[in-house]
Amino acid sequence: MGVASKMTRVAMLALWLLLIASGVLAVTLGPADITPGEVWTSILHHLGIVPESPLSRLRDAIVWDLRLPRVLAATGVGAGLALAGAVMQALTRNPLADPYLLGLSSGAALGAVTLVVMGHALLVPVGAFFGSLGALALALLIAHVLGGTTPVRAILAGISISALASAATSFVIFWSATGDSYREILSWLLGTLSGANWADAGLVVGSLVLCAPVILVMARSLDAFAFGEAAATSLGVDVARLRWTMLAASALLTGIMVAVGGAIGFVGLVVPHVVRFALGPQHRRLLPVAMLVGAIFMLWADTMARTLFDPRELPVGIVTALVGAPGFLLVLLRYRRVT
Amino acid sequence: MSEGLVACGITIRRGGVPVVRDVGFAAPAGRVTGLVGPNGAGKSTLVSAIMGLHRPETGTISFGGRDLVALGRRERARLAAYLEQSASTDERVSVADVVALGRIPHARLWSPEPDEQDDRIVAAALERVGMTTFSRRPYASLSGGEQQRVQLARALAQEPRLLLLDEPTSHLDIRGQLQALDLLRAEAASGMTVLVVLHDLNLALSRCDWLVVMGGGQVVAEGTPEAILTQDLIASVYGVRASIVRGQSGSLIAFDTAI
Repeated sequence: MGVASKMTRVAMLALWLLLIASGVLAVTLGPADITPGEVWTSILHHLGIVPESPLSRLRDAIVWDLRLPRVLAATGVGAGLALAGAVMQALTRNPLADPYLLGLSSGAALGAVTLVVMGHALLVPVGAFFGSLGALALALLIAHVLGGTTPVRAILAGISISALASAATSFVIFWSATGDSYREILSWLLGTLSGANWADAGLVVGSLVLCAPVILVMARSLDAFAFGEAAATSLGVDVARLRWTMLAASALLTGIMVAVGGAIGFVGLVVPHVVRFALGPQHRRLLPVAMLVGAIFMLWADTMARTLFDPRELPVGIVTALVGAPGFLLVLLRYRRVT
Repeated sequence: MSEGLVACGITIRRGGVPVVRDVGFAAPAGRVTGLVGPNGAGKSTLVSAIMGLHRPETGTISFGGRDLVALGRRERARLAAYLEQSASTDERVSVADVVALGRIPHARLWSPEPDEQDDRIVAAALERVGMTTFSRRPYASLSGGEQQRVQLARALAQEPRLLLLDEPTSHLDIRGQLQALDLLRAEAASGMTVLVVLHDLNLALSRCDWLVVMGGGQVVAEGTPEAILTQDLIASVYGVRASIVRGQSGSLIAFDTAI
């Protein structure tokens, strides 16, 4: 046990360094050539550490106003989705659970799109949050009515809610969207961080700062769910309280992530599996490492999405699915070989 | 002998139907008490109520003089440990990981990592069930009997004074059944109170110190196995004709036919 936790600490440190290096590197990539030194200068200048910046106004704006908030938003969205996915998988005891499959993303999309077509663009995060919470509550209610939240029922209920919310979203778009908003909504439904600004980055990072500690503190209690709810209760875990706290935190995270980045799939599903495969299923290690890996994965997926076919930009959801789906298959194959 | 587990006037409803009605019994400390009865007699419901999974409508459950119903979850988990019929998981947990779950009731909120004392207790628990060499093995690769011993080690890692087991032997072969019961007897000999739901009456007869027989949600008989497992009782509770064969190495129930 001592060895494993030491290894985890080393891995965490390495991942943090990789994340920071990736972030700086990602800011330099794009149509205008920026050096890592310029990135640091701009950041230090805006933090008030370097009083005079030698950068031109334009180059400074590219770093500080365009690329940095987007990189931060991508990092936060990746961390949040990976964390929410890992929590869902633990609570439903279903390896296939993720915010997407349980209907949270579709619910959030419905809430967000409804507010967009109603012309309340500023309230989109609120709509996404209540959409995801509503979808989750409905899915759990259905599972409960079916006779208790078993792994299979939770997923089946989630799939039906997901389909329902998607249909309702399509209806809203078909009925109300016109011209340009079509394209905007479509790219948002596919998942995109295009145009992410400091407000988005702040929202994403803020929701993480709010939710992640709540979830991480309870990490060890999540382990108790490995053998089901009765076993968890007998170990002194308040199952109802833990489940609702965790689900509310995950719904909030997913709602904000979807509001900022659209329905980005596969991150919440694949990243926790990759980490579980490497480090084992202990949540006190799994959750923080999954957040870091999710952040790095999403950062590079978004960088690819905006630079690969420059000047055209891909919705990042396409990139995460293109990388995530084969990645997931590989994990499944390795799993089979091990067990 | 200190006071063991005492239940008094317990009634539990599930879905409006009373499945346990006015049940009272005592499981003495330092003894293995068997809880037997046909399917649907309310045994599992009773055990899960003692573990706090169901709240009894009426009645009191106390252990060592303390009211178990009023106890907080974590405190109860430090006093009493629970084993299910079989515990399986899709997670790729190691044997040591599973046993370490038993330390959760003792963990403080802000110390997520198990400390050295936890490691020592986990190792000691594995040793007591003879599974030390399995510590790094994946739990899923173990046989049913081995898994049940690991779960017993997990329960022991909770450092309880009361062990509750719901049909721990149902999925085990004869050897596994005897090993499991003998481990329980060893624990009882060192002061543990053990309450175990059993289906096999011969196992109950040969390995339990005390027996509680349930039928139709009520306690039908309570006493030493030799004294209460009679032809008449088996006929009336189970609806089975049987004869008791007295041999040199103890008694044996020979089942004849369903009535």
